[in-house]
Amino acid sequence: MNDRAQYEPVIGLEIHAQLRTRTKVFCGCGTAFGAPPNTQVCPVCLGLPGALPVLNRQAVDYAIKAAIALGCDVQPQSIFARKNYFYPDLPKGYQISQYERPLALGGGLEISAGGGKRVGLTRIHMEEDAGKSLHEGFPDSDRRTYLDYNRSGVPLIEIVTEPDLRSAAEASEFFARLRDILVWLGVNDGNMEEGSLRCDANVSVRPVGQRAFGTKTEVKNVNSFRYVQKALEYEIDRQIDLLERGGRVVQETRLWDSASGRTSSMRTKEEAHDYRYFPEPDLPPLMVDAGRLDAVRATMPELPEARRRRFVAAYGLPEYDAGVLTQSPALADYFERVAVAAGNPKAASNWVMGELLRVLNERGAGIEGVPLPPAALAGLIRLVDAGTVSSSIAKDVFARMYESGRSAEAIVAAEGLAQIDDETALLAIVRDVVAKHQDAVAQYRAGKQATFGFLVGQVMKGSGGKANPKLANQLLRRELGA
Amino acid sequence: MIASPAVAPTLTSADVERIAALAHLELTAEEKALFTRQLADILAYAEQVQAVDTSGVPATAHVLAERTEREDELQPSLPREEALANAPDPAPEAGLFRVPRVIT
Repeated sequence: MNDRAQYEPVIGLEIHAQLRTRTKVFCGCGTAFGAPPNTQVCPVCLGLPGALPVLNRQAVDYAIKAAIALGCDVQPQSIFARKNYFYPDLPKGYQISQYERPLALGGGLEISAGGGKRVGLTRIHMEEDAGKSLHEGFPDSDRRTYLDYNRSGVPLIEIVTEPDLRSAAEASEFFARLRDILVWLGVNDGNMEEGSLRCDANVSVRPVGQRAFGTKTEVKNVNSFRYVQKALEYEIDRQIDLLERGGRVVQETRLWDSASGRTSSMRTKEEAHDYRYFPEPDLPPLMVDAGRLDAVRATMPELPEARRRRFVAAYGLPEYDAGVLTQSPALADYFERVAVAAGNPKAASNWVMGELLRVLNERGAGIEGVPLPPAALAGLIRLVDAGTVSSSIAKDVFARMYESGRSAEAIVAAEGLAQIDDETALLAIVRDVVAKHQDAVAQYRAGKQATFGFLVGQVMKGSGGKANPKLANQLLRRELGA
Repeated sequence: MIASPAVAPTLTSADVERIAALAHLELTAEEKALFTRQLADILAYAEQVQAVDTSGVPATAHVLAERTEREDELQPSLPREEALANAPDPAPEAGLFRVPRVIT
């Protein structure tokens, strides 16, 4: 094997993200995933002669939103262009994309890998997706390719990074952070299995200290964080091995195969790579003025990083809690409502991260449809803080609230779950325990301290978990000391 | 102020062959000679237009300057039989279009 440490990988990513519109980018066909083949098609997205594209306003607004969130400069004028090539998933013979004048330039995103760094973005442009080619699974698949154009014309943004990434781990983290932001903004559903978010990587290696880039390959089809990592590790090793053995890297497109864990050269019958871009004559330039930028900016949620910092600063939460609670805007909103209503942010965080997420995970449910309003959970926290219920009973109350939608106060009152603070009532239970467990009492009095815990447990059990633990301790010590 | 082109545009038979290949066209020797001459004429005309001084004139990518966008509202798609109706080799039972295999 070679010495990997002598080489430095250089990686740039191209990420295609489907914008979460109801309809396609240039026609009114639906974008639902999994529809029967060729049922979401029309003359425009089938490329029939004479059909004319009309741009989807929402797709533009989503693209602008992503660009703003990633710190890009949204261009006052961008131009759609035809990218010409023959491949049957593009029925028009060209893809409508943006080339010389993309929607947005620059921008970047912080990652923590590699000691923390900012990964620059080159550009974000809008384009249409192609149809889906089915190369296998039919009796004549050795001679034929089948096509479903439901995806044809689905709106995408392509996000291109600078070659700033220096390891597979950095690339994987970048992809994950980018996904979080796009999902958080609501512009992409983050679903990599359904192809809503796809990643291609440009990879080269160079001897450490060399400034010039090595020859790169483009690795396609790395559509999960794990695959980004594994495919890049494989490709980096492959290139280093080649160089170490005196070979050279060939500039080519390689396809990642997750089953074999390898990349292999991808060859198609379309060898000509001259896209002959020219401005799309069927679409006017896309003008984005300051008013439109402001209007989109007004719909931007507070971004996860900013919200995480605010949760730490304003509510005194540990970094860990703030990270968990800012997984999604809905979860962060929920927490914040509970924290404010309960007046106890740390308790709110514990309940939301603990019981609530546990129950949601168990049921495979999301926070969006949770039957327990934030005010109700805050009510329970106030009962605990006031000493009305013990924290163990509170978990029980939580479960009942979740099932019934009743308030904590109502459940505690109806089920008699309030903590027993009444000394007379509790003393009766303590005396009963002492009388029933004479052996344990004798052991304790002989000096075996651990037995005390057992006796407290018996008192709690005798009270149905409702005894005020502090008072139970006091009374038991008094009785045993007597 | 239209000046005549300083240099006559050159277009070789090899250029025409490459353009034909990109367009998936097979040309006879006569067609190649014809198109080389015709394309050269078109280029010469373009050169003539390019001689106009346009410094200070913003590029016009399109004659429509105003915004033309549609709302994100669902419109009916084609019935599938209709979508497939003009395809040269459809697979109607699968609801798919079918073309010669494109990967090796």
